[in-house]
Amino acid sequence: MQKILYFGRLSDVTGTSEEMLSIPAEIETAGALREWLDLRFDASGALLDPTVRIAIDSEITFDTAPVGDASEIAFMPPVGGG
Amino acid sequence: MLRISADPIDAGLELKQFESRAPGAGGIVTFSGQVRPEAQQGEVNTLFLQAYSPMTEHGIEAAIVDARSRWMLDDVLVLHRIGEMKPSDTIVFVAAAARHRRAAFEAADFLMDYLKTEAVFWKKESTAGGTHWIEPRDADYANASRWTKKETV
Repeated sequence: MQKILYFGRLSDVTGTSEEMLSIPAEIETAGALREWLDLRFDASGALLDPTVRIAIDSEITFDTAPVGDASEIAFMPPVGGG
Repeated sequence: MLRISADPIDAGLELKQFESRAPGAGGIVTFSGQVRPEAQQGEVNTLFLQAYSPMTEHGIEAAIVDARSRWMLDDVLVLHRIGEMKPSDTIVFVAAAARHRRAAFEAADFLMDYLKTEAVFWKKESTAGGTHWIEPRDADYANASRWTKKETV
């Protein structure tokens, strides 16, 4: 099980800000996870928006990054500032 | 020093404590930011702020290190609220202590510009017209870009 976080406006799309998930073995990269989750939530591309960055274990990463060993994966829309 | 918390900020009390921590400083500059009562969509009911720990803390700590490398500072304090707030609640408090006032003014200004544009926070405003997530205004980015020139000096 891996922890997935949805920040800001994404939590309105997914209906949750956090969930524990078993990611299928064939989903190997952050980019593939993005596509799989977008379909799963019927999010109409909200998770595919290039301004949505992905962090693996608190480090911003690229869509090519492997997700297999990650314990926490965060989807981060542009920050709103303080 | 940095503190991110859902607890209310008492700016007066924080200033008193900061003064006692930085007794040798010639000058202290503080900034308190409050939740605005009005938004484009009407009167603000609540403002909700979300952080991502420890990424949010790491970013602000790096900005404090950056400020200390740019100006001679005796002490720096950044307090930021998260969670749900009401209009006129203090959302942010920044204090900078330095031997000379200019350094304290500029460091506080620099840290506020970082906090307004780059700090890892997501912000949701609830008004009579509904709720929406806020992203930085162009003016906030323009303010923050004032400091990038200095990096080449």
